[in-house]
Formats: sequence, C-alpha cells, structure tokens
Amino acid sequence: MEASLYFLQQVINGLTIGSTYALIAIGYTMVYGIIGMINFAHGEIYMISTYVVFIVIAGLSMLGIDSTAFLIVAALLVAIVVASAHAFAVERVAYRPVRGSKRLIALISAIGMSIFLQNYILLAQGSRDKAIPSLLPGGWQFGGDGFAVNLSYMQVIIFVVTLVSMTVLALFISRSRLGRACRACSQDRGMANLLGINTDLVISMTFVIGAALAAVAGLLLGMYYGVVNPYIGFLAGLKAFTAAVLGGIGSIPGAVLGGLILGVAEALTGAYLSTEYNDVVSFGLLILILLFRPWGILGKPEVEKI
Amino acid sequence: MADTPLLSVRDLSMRFGGLLAVDRVSMDVAPREVVSIIGPNGAGKTTVFNCISGFYRPTDGEVLFENKPMHRLPGFKIARAGMVRTFQNVRLFKEMTVVENLLVAQHMQAERNLLKGLLLTRGFRRREAELLDRAAHWLERVGLIEFANREAGNLAYGQQRRLEIARCMVTQPKLLMLDEPAAGLNPNETHDLDRLIVQLKEEEGITVLLIEHDMSLVMGISDRIYVVNQGKPLADGTPEEVRRNPEVIKAYLGEE
Amino acid sequence: MKGKLLPAFFAAGLTLLLGASVLGVQLQSQGIDTVVMVHGPLTWLGLFAAAVVVFAYQLIKGRVQRVREKARQGSRFRLPAFLENPAQRRLMIALAIGALLLFPFLAERSAIDIATLTLIYVMLGLGLNVVVGLAGLLDLGYVGFYAVGAYTYALLNSYFGFSFWEALPIAGGMTALFGYLLGFPVLRLRGDYLAIVTLGFGEIIRILLNNLTEITGGPNGIARIPEPSLFNLQFARRADEGYTSFHEFFGIAYDPTHKVMYLYILSLLFALAVAYIIYRLMRMPIGRAWEALREDDIACRSLGLNPTAVKLSAFTIGASFAGIAGSIFAARQGFISPLSFTFIESAIVLAIVVLGGMGSQLGVILAAIAMTLLPEIAREFNEYRMLLFGLIMVLMMVWRPQGLLPLKRPQMELKRG
Repeated sequence: MEASLYFLQQVINGLTIGSTYALIAIGYTMVYGIIGMINFAHGEIYMISTYVVFIVIAGLSMLGIDSTAFLIVAALLVAIVVASAHAFAVERVAYRPVRGSKRLIALISAIGMSIFLQNYILLAQGSRDKAIPSLLPGGWQFGGDGFAVNLSYMQVIIFVVTLVSMTVLALFISRSRLGRACRACSQDRGMANLLGINTDLVISMTFVIGAALAAVAGLLLGMYYGVVNPYIGFLAGLKAFTAAVLGGIGSIPGAVLGGLILGVAEALTGAYLSTEYNDVVSFGLLILILLFRPWGILGKPEVEKI
Repeated sequence: MADTPLLSVRDLSMRFGGLLAVDRVSMDVAPREVVSIIGPNGAGKTTVFNCISGFYRPTDGEVLFENKPMHRLPGFKIARAGMVRTFQNVRLFKEMTVVENLLVAQHMQAERNLLKGLLLTRGFRRREAELLDRAAHWLERVGLIEFANREAGNLAYGQQRRLEIARCMVTQPKLLMLDEPAAGLNPNETHDLDRLIVQLKEEEGITVLLIEHDMSLVMGISDRIYVVNQGKPLADGTPEEVRRNPEVIKAYLGEE
Repeated sequence: MKGKLLPAFFAAGLTLLLGASVLGVQLQSQGIDTVVMVHGPLTWLGLFAAAVVVFAYQLIKGRVQRVREKARQGSRFRLPAFLENPAQRRLMIALAIGALLLFPFLAERSAIDIATLTLIYVMLGLGLNVVVGLAGLLDLGYVGFYAVGAYTYALLNSYFGFSFWEALPIAGGMTALFGYLLGFPVLRLRGDYLAIVTLGFGEIIRILLNNLTEITGGPNGIARIPEPSLFNLQFARRADEGYTSFHEFFGIAYDPTHKVMYLYILSLLFALAVAYIIYRLMRMPIGRAWEALREDDIACRSLGLNPTAVKLSAFTIGASFAGIAGSIFAARQGFISPLSFTFIESAIVLAIVVLGGMGSQLGVILAAIAMTLLPEIAREFNEYRMLLFGLIMVLMMVWRPQGLLPLKRPQMELKRG
C-alpha cells in the first residue's frame, strides 16, 4: 500500500512536470511542422518568460498589490507579450535570412541564437538564482498512515492551465483562419504561397504561438519551483525537444503525449534510482526513440523524395 | 529473349499508406538488351525504378539480379552489385568539378586505405591515376572532355544529363538504369542521347533499362517495352507489338 | 517611403519592448526578498537610441541590401598571389613553422602557456572542421570526445601509472571507439537530430564524470596528472625512481619553464600533424566522398557509397583528434574536472570553425588563435565572450556562411584534353 502510494505520488509529480514539457514541446513541433527546422532557441524563450514572470510578480508586489489572482494574470499576460516579441524577433533576425540555405546553416544560426540569448540574459540579469515566494502554498493530502500522497494547489493549477491552453490551441488551429493557413503551410508551403497565403506571416505567427505557450510554461514552472536562473532554458528546451520527438515531431497531440511520458519517466527515475540520472534517462530515451522509431509514437515515417 | 535474365522482377508491389502505387509488376531484362518502361505521368514508373534500385523497400514481390535477391538490400549495395541509375531531375555534385564527379563515382574502385593515402604511397598514386584515366576516357566518350575542370553545376542541361550517364558508366555497371533521360532535351540532344545508348549497348555490352514518358522516343532503341498504367502492368512486347496493342493505344496514346 | 514607415515604427517599438523587458529592469536579491530594480536614465536613453537606430535602418534597409549584394558578387576569397605558387607556399609554411618553433625561446613563460592552450584549440578546431566543415555533420557534443581523451589519460595514469606516451595512443583509440559507437547508430539520422543527439551525448559524458565519484573523483576531478616526459627525461625538479630529470641530464639549473616549453613544442608538433593529416585527407578519396555526401547523399547511394560509413569515418577521425587534444590538455593542466568539459567548450570550438570558414584549414587555425587570444588580451572581453560567440554564429550564417576565409577543397585536375 505504502509502495503504491509512493508510486502514485511520483506519477502525479511526473505528470505535473510533463504537462509543462508538453507546453514547451508544442513550440518545437509547430515550428518543425512548418519550416522543418529545430528552433534551438525555444528553450531560451521559456527562460526569458520565466524572468518576466518574476519581474512582474516582484515588481507588482513592491507596489503593494497582493491579490494572487491579479499577480498571476498580469504576469501571464506580460510574459506572453514579451516572449512572443522575442520569438518574433529571433525568427526575423536569425532564421528568415537563412531559410533558403542548407540545413546546416540554419542549424548553426539557431544554436548561435540560443547561446546568445542565454548569455544576454546572464549579463543583463546576473547568473545567480532569483527566487520568489510561493503564491499558492498548500494542497491536499490523502492516503494511508505510512505515506500520504500530496497534491498541491499549484499542481492542480498546472493541470488545469495546461488543459485550457491545449484546448484553446486546438480550437485555434482547427477553427480560425490563421489556424487553417498554418495547417496548409505545414502540408505544402510552396502551394500555400501560390494560393495567396502570406507564408511569412504564418511562420511568424507559429513562432509567436509557440512562444506564448512557452510563456505559460514559464509562469507555471516558475511558480512551481520558485527559482529562476539563465541556465534553465537549456535543459528545459532539450527535455521538451525530446518530448516532441518522442511523440512524433510535427504532431501536436504527440508533443503532449511525449511530454507526459517523459515527465513520468523522469519522476520515476528520480524516485527509484537517483535524481542525478534524470537527465541521462531523458537523453537515453531520446536516443532510443531516434534509433528505433525516429518518427515518434504518433508521427508517420517520412518517405524520401527522390 | 535469352534464357537467363540479368534482371528479373516478380510481382513487385509498393504501397504508400493507402495508395497502391505499384501493383504486381513483373519484368525480365536479358543481358545486352535495351528495355523500356513506359506509361503516362504518374503511372508508377519511377516508383518501380526506386524499388529496383533500393531507394524504396517494396511492400511485396522480389527483384533478382543475376539470380540474387536484391529487394531487401539498401541502395548502395545494389549499386555495388552492378545496377546503377540516373535521376529524373539530374543529381550531380554541382559544386564539384566534372572530373571529380567521375572520381567520386569510382569510390569503390579507389584506394581507400587511409594509411596508404596519408603516406602517398606509390600504389595509392597509381590507383588515383587509373581513376583519372577512366574518367578522362568517359568524358571523351560523352564529349565533355573540354569541360573536365569546370564546376558540374555550370554545364548546360544536356551536358549535365550526359555527365550523369558518364558518372554511371565509370562505375563499370552491368545494368544502366535511366530515369527519363530525354526529359528537357531538345530534339538534337535527344538524337545524340539515342545514339549514345545504342553505342553503349553495342560497344560496351551494357544492358539498359530506361523509363520514358514519351513513347515515340523509345521505339527506335528498345528491344522490348513494358507498359505500366496506374501502377499495373498493361502490356509488353517488341515496340511493334506494343504500338499495335489496342489497350495501350486506349490507355496511353488515347489520353493525349 | 510611406509604406516603410509603419514597419519601421513596429520594429522600433519591438526593439524598445525587448530592451525594456530585459535590459531596463533587473531582478535583485535583497536579503530573502527579490526586488525589481529599474535601471537609471542612461540605460533608458541607450534603449531609445537603439530603437531610433533600428527605425532608421528599417527605412534604408533596401539600399543597404543592394550594396551588400553588389559587394558579395565581387568577392571571392583567394590566397594572396605569393601563396599560389607551390614552391613559395612551401617556403612560407616552413618559415612559419620555424618561427613557431623559435617562439618559446623568446617569449615569457605565461605567453608560452597560453600559446599551448591556443594550439589545443587549433587541434580541436581542425578536428571539428573535419566533422562539420568537410562532412557537413553538426556535432554539438564534440567536447564529450575531448573529455574522454583527457580522462582516459588521467585515469590510466592515476590507476595504472601509465605515462603520457603510453596513454596517448589508448586515448586516441578510445575516443575513436566512442565516436564509432555513438556514430554508428545515429549517423543515419537527419542532420538536426544528429545535432541534438550529440549534444545529449556530450552532456551525458559530463554528468557521468560528475556522478561516478568513486572512479572519476566527481566534481573534485583528478589532480596531479604528470606532464609528458622527453624519452626518459622528466621535467620535475626531482625525477621518479628509475628516471632522470631533464635539468640533471643536461647539467643545467632546474627551471619550471622547461616543462612549459616542452609542452608547447609537443602541442605544436601534434597540431602540425593533425593539420597535415587533414590536408592529405581532403585530397584522398574519402575527402571527395565527404564533399559529395554533403552535396547529395541520394546520388552517393546510387553510386555505391555507403553514407553511414562515409560519415562514420569523418566522425571517428574527428573524435580521435579531440581525444588527443584532451590528453594534451590534461597534461598541461595537471588537473581536470567535469567543469572543463561543458557545452560551452563545444560552442567555442564550433564558433572557431564557423568563423574560420567551414572546410578551410587556414581559416580555422587563424580563428582558433583569435578566439583564444582575444580574451587574454582584453580581460573585460571575457565576460562577453559567449555572448559574442553566439552572435558570431548567427551573423556569420546570415552574412557569410562560408566563413571569413573560405577556401574550396582542392580539386583534382585533369591535365590534358
């Protein structure tokens, strides 16, 4: 009983982290679906939005505002705007000019942008951890005498917000004009262009949407962990990318599934093996999936055009 | 038809998702024959080619080359066995020179021992000289010797097509597979191409399997013709027989 | 002009937003609280100035691009004329090598030491250039091989007492093996997956080194790694049992600079060897195959080339160079820890390759020198080093993807007809 409760606790923790991975992973998968490249700088966008969340919460608190709901909503909105602006600028500066070039060139440009952003924040905000107090402490406990499963309010918020964001995204992609244009572009960009779709705009919007979801993840994880530093984007980005590949890159439901699986796998490793091997496990998972099923769980294998 | 075919394709099928692009195609190619596969656009000719040359793994059926099964091998192994192909939209190494295109093609004949190359041994130098000689020989054959040191991407389209054939020939293949070799050529160039194929067959003893969209073109040079329509074999025989086949006229010529 | 105004305002506003959100305010810890500090008017003035510059640039962008387009058409880098002639080129190379060999006898100890480090980066740059520049494979975990090389020597020495010269071939072989084993499964993946997998590999190596404390000493690293000996001569003040020390053998006073000089010369010889090997590889069938594969792997397959094997050769060769550089690094430092093998190192080496021109040996050598010397010359630059490296990668890809000193791989010429 105790053991299974402990297991349940790990699964809950894993799903919490996993759903935020899923939010970030969607940014990778959407960009990949449309321009076929990995946006290495995406993890940094998430990191930047976490900073913005902290700045807004700390700043408003200094002004004497202590309504939790207001703080959260304000932080979310500002983070979405700033993260989107960064992603938009990144695409313009580093990706659009190399779009027609060989893949290697775009890749190096993306890596460079990722390194640049990390160090830019490092210089502007310092390398030390910055912390904010928990806005939503506490939670529910249930279970036996030996071990009680803990479900914090924050975890519930993470599930709910993730679910809402996914629903909004799904509706947007299936119903809106721009969503249709997105789908058209990911199937055949050249054709979409001929049909009068402004593909440049669609690509920009894809980056912006991905960044907005990363900002949501930044808010959630920022509040969950309560700490930020300039290095969090690197690992989170890598994890989210793994999630995207795991689920099948280019597939949005795949990104969600991949994120959840990865989160749970990590939590279980941390619980039963050692937290030090968390990262090893996720990279290992990535390598395994690339070797045996590079199109992921929900993706389809690509047919090479000859 | 000779009794032992060089290439034998049995009930080849290829399915992409729900689409059956090739449906039980069979064919035989005897040594020193020129065989053509014809059919309207989208008939699945190139898919047949891609399956034979190992770029796609056929869903069903088998490909025998000199009685050895090929259909599970990757493309590069099939090429090493002696089946070498060209591509519908020429695939040269555009930033390399003409002669280097031919040297890369002879990679399997080159001295690949790293130590010998690093130390520049006599054996290494001799082998490299041989490769250059063979390259020069073929450049002369296809009339490109004067462009040897130019970048391949700067050649005219017709020259690029000839270079691609030369690049196949330096590998000393047994079967040359040409994917719409006349596409985009003017009548003069097409005529030269016809002559080149006939020469290859008669002087080099090479076997040729080619795809053409334009039927009139292959009539003169083919020993036998296979007609494919909508992925299915429609007819086969000598050019005369195929020309007279009412099915072919209906499905193929009637369309135009 | 009017049509440009709106985008220009938009771009200026975007600049202001980006700047204000990150540069205008700063999170600071005050005791247990985190507070937001708004920067002074000078910062904000700077941000406005930046916005104005962006605004102006948007208005004249078209003209700038036309000028650049023209400049691009005329420029194709060529070696200076005196280097075109083979005899003169050989002379120049001989002179350069002579000068490099003389350098330690004229320079200060600290300068020699930095030069040794520079040579290690030259080796790394050349090695990665084989993978990225020649074979077109983006390896973001190159530092992993560097670490394997360094730790192979350090561990063999501390556990089994292997000397540098005994450990070096093993380190080279070991990294080649690592390269082969990693490359074999992943090299059939597409380029961007390869980049991520290698990045993960580099991280895994570092995490393992950090966590396998019983074997590697974990974050404390491995200390007292001896420097190489010259035949049987050691460079310590007192030689170990059964060895002679260098200064006693020659009957000169002990001078710690001897060791530094020796390490420099050693590194120089290794760097030259690596450069020569790559020089030959580019002119060999494998070099041709790398370029061909970079251009069109489908055509390569249709001609009987096994793409995985061709890529694997580049990957393995590049890895073994990193291993050798790693062993030399361990010998120079005398102490290694996982901190020396972070992703930053991979990024630095990649920046060297990108700046020098992918595939260009001379360019990579000069870039390695520039990238390692610059932080030494301008200390304050150190802080901005990584920022600049990232920026260099982006700007080079956007403006000059072929690098500052692009050189084509020498092609075989047909000398008749």
